Amino acid sequence: MPSLTRRSALLLGAGITLTLVAVDDSVATPAEADAEIAKFIGAKAAEGGKITIDLPEIAENGNTVPLAIKVDSPMTADDYVSEIRVIGDANPNPGIVKFHLTPMSGRAEAATRIRLGGTGTVTVLAKTSTGKLYADRKVVKVTVGGCGG
Amino acid sequence: MAEKPRLRVPSEAKKGDIIQIKTLISHVMETGFRKDESGKPIPREIINSFVCTFNGHEVFRADLEPAISANPYFEFTVKVEDSGTFAFAWVDDNGTVTTAEQGITVS
Repeated sequence: MPSLTRRSALLLGAGITLTLVAVDDSVATPAEADAEIAKFIGAKAAEGGKITIDLPEIAENGNTVPLAIKVDSPMTADDYVSEIRVIGDANPNPGIVKFHLTPMSGRAEAATRIRLGGTGTVTVLAKTSTGKLYADRKVVKVTVGGCGG
Repeated sequence: MAEKPRLRVPSEAKKGDIIQIKTLISHVMETGFRKDESGKPIPREIINSFVCTFNGHEVFRADLEPAISANPYFEFTVKVEDSGTFAFAWVDDNGTVTTAEQGITVS
């Protein structure tokens, strides 16, 4: 067996170590989800209890999970929900969707179907035209994740 | 996005009614996180924007990310004061725009 120089042995060792350390970026970290939340509400405190989140407790298929959101708001020209942001902490990217509403919306409601990569927390945030911020969250157990291969 | 989008919009309403609109469009919404059999990543290709206007004024918009399920479905409400036309537009990552329209009579 040819002798390895000390330098070669160190480089070989380093190479093996590097391939063994694989970064799992298939799921966002809670810190990434929090960063996405902070992007929307900044450092301000958000009021809870104004948002109703309709999500199943257990989602059999993470590829299509029904989500319905209602925000308590008069939806008048002077006081209406202007944005609703949905964030999940069990997806590769935490951002899910952002809805833009207007006084013509009549009610601050929106529904869609989303993908969830696994069991985790879905956070719904809302901004009003008067500068108020709302936040609520719901945990969804996902039996078969729906974000990747 | 070759298929016609499906719309559920009431054809009539009373002034001041809040109506519900449902929309559905066929699209695979490829997330960019899947890999093919050889392990190669399948590139992202999604609808990233959906807008609804009424008589030219925006009433509802969604910024979609890959976490919106295939065949994007949206339900939202609109308070109608006048007769007119709803116009819907879906834009994908290639910039392709699909549109649809529906009128409503408000009395």
